Parts: sequence; C-alpha cells; structure tokens
Amino acid sequence: MKNLDRYGYYFIAPFWIIFLVFNIYPVALTLYYSFTNYNGSGTSEVVGFANYARLITDSYFLEAFVNTWKIWGINFALQIAIALILAAIFSDLRVKMKGLSFFRAIFYLPNLITVSSVALLFGILLDWQHGSLNLVLLNLGLISEPINWLNEPATAQLSVSLILTWMWFGHSFIVVMAGVSGISRDYYEAALIDGANRWQTFSKITLPLLKPILLYIMITSLIGGLQLFDLPMLLTDGIGSPEGSLNTMVLYLYNQAFKYNNYGYAAAVAYGLFIITVIFSAIVFKSMYRDQKKQARQV
Amino acid sequence: MLERSEINNPAPGKLSNTSLLPDEIKIKKRRSIVKGIIYILLTLLAIVCFIPFLMMLVNATRSNDAILTGFTLVPGSSLIENYHTMMDYVNIWNGFKNSLIISVSVTVLTGYFSALTAYGFAFYKFKGKNFLFVFMLVMMMVPGQLGLIGFYELSKTLGILDTFIPLIVPAVASPFVVFFLRQYIQTTLHPSLIEAARIDGASEWKIFHTVAIPIMMPAIATMSIFTFIGSWNNYIMPLVILFSPEKYTLPVLMGFLKGSQVAQNLGSMYLGIAISVVPIMIAFLFLSKYIVNSISAGAIKE
Repeated sequence: MKNLDRYGYYFIAPFWIIFLVFNIYPVALTLYYSFTNYNGSGTSEVVGFANYARLITDSYFLEAFVNTWKIWGINFALQIAIALILAAIFSDLRVKMKGLSFFRAIFYLPNLITVSSVALLFGILLDWQHGSLNLVLLNLGLISEPINWLNEPATAQLSVSLILTWMWFGHSFIVVMAGVSGISRDYYEAALIDGANRWQTFSKITLPLLKPILLYIMITSLIGGLQLFDLPMLLTDGIGSPEGSLNTMVLYLYNQAFKYNNYGYAAAVAYGLFIITVIFSAIVFKSMYRDQKKQARQV
Repeated sequence: MLERSEINNPAPGKLSNTSLLPDEIKIKKRRSIVKGIIYILLTLLAIVCFIPFLMMLVNATRSNDAILTGFTLVPGSSLIENYHTMMDYVNIWNGFKNSLIISVSVTVLTGYFSALTAYGFAFYKFKGKNFLFVFMLVMMMVPGQLGLIGFYELSKTLGILDTFIPLIVPAVASPFVVFFLRQYIQTTLHPSLIEAARIDGASEWKIFHTVAIPIMMPAIATMSIFTFIGSWNNYIMPLVILFSPEKYTLPVLMGFLKGSQVAQNLGSMYLGIAISVVPIMIAFLFLSKYIVNSISAGAIKE
C-alpha cells in the first residue's frame, strides 16, 4: 500500500495558512509596533522600549488595571458564591429540590444575550432621572432620592460588577453543577449516615472535590474579565466616565489605537495586558496546585 | 431514601417507634418549610434574571412620555409608532442580516475546517506533527486582543477593511475547536474503520467526508452552537473593521443606536434592543437543554 501520510499535510494546510496570516502575523506585527512610534499612517521609527517605559509609569493604565481588577473581583466573588450556594441547594440529599433544569435555564439566559444589547438595556434602565430601576425603587419606598448609578465612580463600578454577576452566575452554576454531579453519591450517603451536617458535607466533601472545576471557572473568568470591554464602552461615553472609573485595560487599548491613533503605544498596552494575564493565570494555577499537593501529603 | 424507608416501615418494635414518630414529623414539617422558603428565594432570583427583559418588552410598546413618567408592567399601544421612529434612523433588519451572514459563514467554516484539521492531526503520521499541535495549543492561550492592532493593519494592507472578509475567513483556523474535535475523534473513530474504507478503494477525501464527518457530527454541532453565539455577540472586531453603517452587525448597530437620534425616544430604543434580543431568547427556548449539557461537557473534559 502506498504511503498516505502526506495527506496529513493536505488536511492541516488550510488551517495553517489562515492561522499564519490572520493570527500569528498580526500578533508578531503588533509586537513590532510596540517598539515603534507608529501612528496609523506615514513612516514610523523604532523607539526601543520607550512605549513600555511609558506604560509602567502611565497613571491611566494603572487606573485601568485597578478598575478592571475591582470590577472583576467583586463580580467573581458574588458569582461564585451564588453558584456554590445554588449547587449546595440542588445537590442536598435531604432537601430534594425539583426544577433544576428550569432554574438552570432561566439563570443562564442573561449570558446568551449580546453584551452590547445588555449594556444598552441597563444604560437606560439605570438612567438617573427616567430609568425604570430608580422609578421602581422610588415607588416601593426603598430610596427617597433617585440614585445616580452611572455618574458616581463607586456606583458605576458596582453597577458593572453586578451586571457581570447577573450575566455569569448562571454559567458558573451550570459548570459547578456539572462538577457536583461527577462526585460519587456514595460520599454524600456516607456523610449522611455519619451524621455530618450540611456545612460539614459541603466544606469537607463538595468543596475539595470541586477544586479542579473551580480552577477552570476562575481562569476562564479571569481571562475574560481582564478583557472587559463591551460593557464599559457602551454603558457610558466610551472613554470610561465617570472620572475614569470605567476605564478598563482593553478600553484604554482601543481608545489609544483607534481614537488617538497611538498605534505604537496601544500595541505596548496589548502586550502589557497579555503579560499581566499570563502572570495572574500562572499564580492562580500554581496556588491551587500547591494546595492540592499539600492536601495529598496530609492524607 | 433513607428517611422515607424508616417512616414507611414501622418495623418490628412498634412501641419504641411510636415515640420516635412525632419527632420525625416535626423534622419533616420543618424541612418542608425550609424547602418552601428556598423555592421562594429561587423564584425571586429567577425573576431578577428575567425582569430586565420583561421591562424591555413592556417599554418597547410604550411611548416616550409614558416611560418618562412612570413604570408599569402593562403594555402600551405605541409599538408601531416606536417601530417607525426607529426605522427612520436605523435599519435594524439590515444589521440582523449582516450578523446572520457573518455568523452562519463563520460557523460553517469553523466546523468544516476544524474537522479537517482534527482528522489530519489524529490519523496521519508526519514530520513536525507534535510540534505543530503543541504550538497550536500554546497559541490557543493568546487572547484575541493581543493581535488586534496588527490585524487591523493587515486588513488595511490587504484592502479588506470595511468588508466581511476579515470577520469570516479567520474562522478557518479555530485552535480550540480543532483541539476539542481531535480529542473526540480519537476516542470515537477506530483506525480499522479507515483501513476498511481504504481497502474498499475509497480516496482519503472520500473517507473524510463519508466516514469521519458523520462520526464527528455530534461534537461539531456542540462546538457550532458556541461558535455561532460567539460570532453573533462579537463586538470589538466588527467595530474596528466596519465603517459603513449599512454593513454594521447587530452589536455594532446597537452602539450606533445609542449615539443616534433614536436615543431621544426611549420606546424606540427599547424596541431596537428587544429586536436584537428576542430571536436569541426564542432559539434558547428550544435549545436550552442542549446548550446546558454542552457547557457541562465542555467543563468536565478540560
């Protein structure tokens, strides 16, 4: 029989041609631009590490970095807490809850909707004077003055965090539930017989066995969170108002490149963002892994 | 299970059991109260998830003045008026059409070429195979924004800015889908089946199209849902690439809506958002079980 292995190259060729042209080349080109003062047209010169030097002393980038973390952190803590509580409820053998698939579908729904539509929707729902949310809260007597959600730095950031939580807790719940259903029922039945209470069952069985899944949620959420763009772009004026509190790293990148034509500097911002993502993913991964090793030793 | 059998079988020692029963009933009663409270809380959470959409639908039928003066869940009668106001400024169906063209093309290209690549990686031995595969996995970790500026410049050089090409063609190379499909086909397609097809005289292309693709179909379908949603919701790429309003995709058009005259009329604004959201909600109604299962499977396979 003749050798057919050359077909391997034919089969993967289209992928690699497109991958090289539209993926690898742009990434490399961006790296090159990050060492130049290219401004979108005309000639540019190589400026060495000047863009990176500017990046680490740029207070706007630092602000964007802090904002991104704040917004992501609050959202993640809330989202994972809700997901775990829901998972604990639905996996409890004593209180057999019904309607899992119904609630799961409803909780997941906000995640499917185009983020720009979500941003627009909340932009007008949260409007200070005429937004439905303030009108409802006023009618219920929960507040006496309309809250200017999107015009105060603290409430604007909180709003974005809460919208993100609203969008993502259902997704995390599904993933956590998938992890829980992979845990053998024998453990829970044994715990029940041994008279373990709910908290003990949850903290000693569910949580440790869910660690790989939680790691997965955390890393994917972190990578997505550091790229936060659509919501802050469309909720306010697109440059991070009020007082720069919604200025996130990717929004800063976008504005530097496509609003101010600082392509060289924006390219450095992109690589800065990339390095930050890699570092923090590695930290998360490592700390989780070390915990697991420690536990293995204890056993 | 355990508790029910205890109660249902008041076994031999009847006397000692009767003294236990009131306690059991008390626990059961308390448990059902707790259960009721949990159901109420879950329902509240479900309402929180759904109410913004409900507000959107109701407000889409009300006039601007009505929305400004107060909130109600009773639909108004300005739906048609709002529609005309919106259509005077923004043709939302055009955005719909653009999004559909791009997302369908992206989904088809991703499905077909990822299957092709996965098959090539899984069933042929060639030089550099392992290196290429590992390299692909490493590149999978690189976020899309990293190459954004280079991608824009490349599109400018190729003269394909303000066309759908840069939004569609790169879908041929989707590392994550290739990875997922390769894992899938390695466990579902046995090499002996390929050998048998070869002995029957089928060409390599024919084997791929008639043997491998049907076997991979469930995995391709799973990935296609996410590819489609991802492409449909993509905002930053079309925002950077497209300039002409008649080429805008739905998410970009939403941003455009915000900056246009339509924003003056909240009813029309809500209607525009509703039109962008409702089709996805209807699709979800039919696909929810499938989507939820796919997310679960994806997370566990990692």
